[in-house]
Amino acid sequence: MDLAPGTEVRVKDDWPETRGPCHIRTPHYVRGRRGRILRRLGAFPNPEDLAFARPAPTRALYHVLFDETALFPDSRQGDDLLVELFEHWLEPA
Amino acid sequence: MSTLVETDAETLLAALRGLLAAKGLATPAEIAERLAITEKASPAQGARIVAKAWTDPAFRARLLADGTATVEGLGIPMRGAPPLGVLENTPDLHHLVVCTLCSCYPRAVLGYPPFWYKSAGYRARAVRDPRGLIAEWGTKLPDTTRIRVVDSTADYRWMVLPLRPAGTDGWSEDALAALVHEGDMVGVSVPSAG
Repeated sequence: MDLAPGTEVRVKDDWPETRGPCHIRTPHYVRGRRGRILRRLGAFPNPEDLAFARPAPTRALYHVLFDETALFPDSRQGDDLLVELFEHWLEPA
Repeated sequence: MSTLVETDAETLLAALRGLLAAKGLATPAEIAERLAITEKASPAQGARIVAKAWTDPAFRARLLADGTATVEGLGIPMRGAPPLGVLENTPDLHHLVVCTLCSCYPRAVLGYPPFWYKSAGYRARAVRDPRGLIAEWGTKLPDTTRIRVVDSTADYRWMVLPLRPAGTDGWSEDALAALVHEGDMVGVSVPSAG
């Protein structure tokens, strides 16, 4: 999967912490929310494996932009929020 | 375990250094080199980078395109450090950096994160109410300036390139660098010549 800048994405509404020990770099407040790809930052070993000393395949890392109002409805229109998210947390919106 | 926990930190450190050397993992010289690099990293390094970017357009363009390689060119050691990204403030867009998950911070260029950056209050409020937060720092932005919160969640480390203050035409790099403080490169504050 290669997501071009501008692609609309949705962050998976997944909560692995309810299923057992895990290490996740996807903040709670963006899960299930829609954003768009700003740019691809590179590929890095998956921290979810690294944290448990498992073999960690590299995953594409994207800078994903969200409208603040899509996360917190009473925010100022026009403000936004940029988060680094790994490809396996993103699906086309 | 209780004896370990109660052992004096200096004794523990000496034991750890001894083990690292005995196992061939790190020599005393390598440890001394890392200590020197860590101690040299401070907001003054970041301020020097900002002042150069304000006075040298070609450097500024390279810095925004590839922070790591460009600051290495200034003699700042980046080997082993996470990649550095630089976020350019403009009259229309102001960046505010936070790490909601822990305390990721561009240590290679700014040194240790300040205490407030690691606090639960800062981490929660930067994403939830960035305007209220920076107002409490006394930071005033034009009403037309948008805020972009940058949550540092993964492998990059982010530093803000603030706007050059008005009234600084013709200033030397050293004089400009003296205007730039830690918070300006996180985005809670903005430099001023006044």
